[in-house]
Amino acid sequence: MASRTVAKDIITLRGSAAIVSEFFGYAANSILYNRGVYPEESFAKVKKYGLPMLLTQDEGVKSFITNLTAQLSENEIVGKEWLEAGKLQRVVMVIMSKATKEVLERWNFSIETDSDVVEKGVSREKSDREIMREIQAIMRQIASSITYLPCLDEPCVFDVLAYTDTDVPVPFTWIESDPKLIANPQMVKLHSFDTKIHKVDTLVSYKNDEWDEQ
Amino acid sequence: MDRFIPNRSAMDFDYAHYMLTDGRKIKENQTVCSPAREAYRKQLAETLNMNRTRILAFKNKPPAPVELFPSEHSTASAHPTKSAKPRRHIPQSSERTLDAPDLVDDFYLNLLDWGSSNVLAIALGNTVYLWDASDSSTSELVTVDDENGPVTSVGWAPDGRHIAIGLNNSEVQLWDSASNRQLRTLRGCHRSRVGSMAWNNHILTTGGMDGQIVNNDVRIRSHVVETYRGHQQEVCGLKWSASGQQLASGGNDNVVHIWDRSMASSNSPTQWLHRLEEHTSAVKALAWCPFQSNLLATGGGGGDRTIKFWNTHTGACLNSVDTGSQVCSLLWSKNERELLSSHGFTQNQLTLWKYPSMVKMAELTGHTSRALYMAQSPDGCTVASAAGDETLRFWNVFGVPEVAKTAPKVNREPFSQLNRIR
Repeated sequence: MASRTVAKDIITLRGSAAIVSEFFGYAANSILYNRGVYPEESFAKVKKYGLPMLLTQDEGVKSFITNLTAQLSENEIVGKEWLEAGKLQRVVMVIMSKATKEVLERWNFSIETDSDVVEKGVSREKSDREIMREIQAIMRQIASSITYLPCLDEPCVFDVLAYTDTDVPVPFTWIESDPKLIANPQMVKLHSFDTKIHKVDTLVSYKNDEWDEQ
Repeated sequence: MDRFIPNRSAMDFDYAHYMLTDGRKIKENQTVCSPAREAYRKQLAETLNMNRTRILAFKNKPPAPVELFPSEHSTASAHPTKSAKPRRHIPQSSERTLDAPDLVDDFYLNLLDWGSSNVLAIALGNTVYLWDASDSSTSELVTVDDENGPVTSVGWAPDGRHIAIGLNNSEVQLWDSASNRQLRTLRGCHRSRVGSMAWNNHILTTGGMDGQIVNNDVRIRSHVVETYRGHQQEVCGLKWSASGQQLASGGNDNVVHIWDRSMASSNSPTQWLHRLEEHTSAVKALAWCPFQSNLLATGGGGGDRTIKFWNTHTGACLNSVDTGSQVCSLLWSKNERELLSSHGFTQNQLTLWKYPSMVKMAELTGHTSRALYMAQSPDGCTVASAAGDETLRFWNVFGVPEVAKTAPKVNREPFSQLNRIR
């Protein structure tokens, strides 16, 4: 029986942070597209992760997401950026009713960082292709989530929250916020991916469209 | 000094923060706790270090969408929002209980089936009885000879009139319930008992203790048209998808196979499309999701106790839930996004789950031995379950039918009225 050797690539802290923030950018776009927050026509197709991914062409939305992912992966102002310092606990994308500001959906991306890598600067090994496959699985799940998520048939807006350690100084472009929770949500856990330095878990919670169980 | 970063993915800070800072109070003395609340309360209990987290948002908000109406794309969702409707009451006890003496207590058999003409078939030992749900009348279809029996499986054809009966001696009998006539006997397809069957139009698929699965065209003389080989032990679960394109089979070898009609071969055994080996015990419980194609739910026996969900297009396992006890049977609701499972030791209960959250909505108890067999009424509202405690129970678990049927309180032992040839 032929043995399979999977070529592993070296992953550095910086490289991993780049993968995670890039993932977040694409995931955010995919959510906005699939949930219909912005019109279909405002998105363009690109190839990424071996899938056709949609990216917004709306300048306002584009710059918002770019600034966000930049904050996660490169921040000259603060010094060491959040992902590299292991200070970022999670990123949450909330979708709210434009009229009432009620939170209808919450996409939660939890991040677990390998402290050894942050403290000692070691690197890890994992095949790029395997990370790609894991991310691909998550993107597919996001796309197919429309089969069970309740219809958002009112105009919606979105926002992004970052949960960080308290010892991180707040950059001037950010403000403290409330968590924007959903009361009695339904929750669905999606796949996770792991670069061996950062492990990202995805969870979507949405408003229960039935009465609360007593 | 190493910095300890706890596993936050297991904790729900959201709920914790919400409970700590917002208005809602947990009612400590609540004796009845909803399953949903219980789940969140468990997450709350796991929470640590809320003080070490700060939540930030960007000062400049993204622009609101220009369009006043969302794109067509999002409204293509299969789940339209409905205005809040009253939650239905799920009775915790069976609406009706009938005696089922001599019901064989064997995990691997399939002795109960509810046909489209609203007649329930149940095999008790060597005899098959038909119970007409519209007037609660019982009749005996057939009693087989001792050396051929007991009956090991029953399966109504889609027309609700013809019925297949699998026997311990490996034969399958085909009956016309309208005229009470036997039409034919299928022989030679199996070497031992036929414990599972599934219909796909005129094809009767049979699963045997020999591990073989055979597609029989009941209209023609040489009825064996296809064989599926793959299981090493008894095939106890067999279900065709709604489209009739895929067949799911579960065996005592802990394996689930997905067979696809597009891979059919008439001169050699057909190869499976997927071989799913994640279960660690026999898989008898199989159910195709009515509202999402290519979604299959499977349940494992005593050593496994999980319900797993599969994308049968890719073979991927989407979710796995530990139920705590042997899963004997699974049924999807036709009206709501709910799944019903029946269990063995220790509670012998039927559990109703919300899908996809898999939050428990109800637990129906009453059976005093494992609830091995389940069948659903054609109107999708009632479920019948039978167990080795020799009872057949009816549960209004999926909703009340629109036209209330006033069921006469008949005698509780319909089957004992009939003469039984021993």
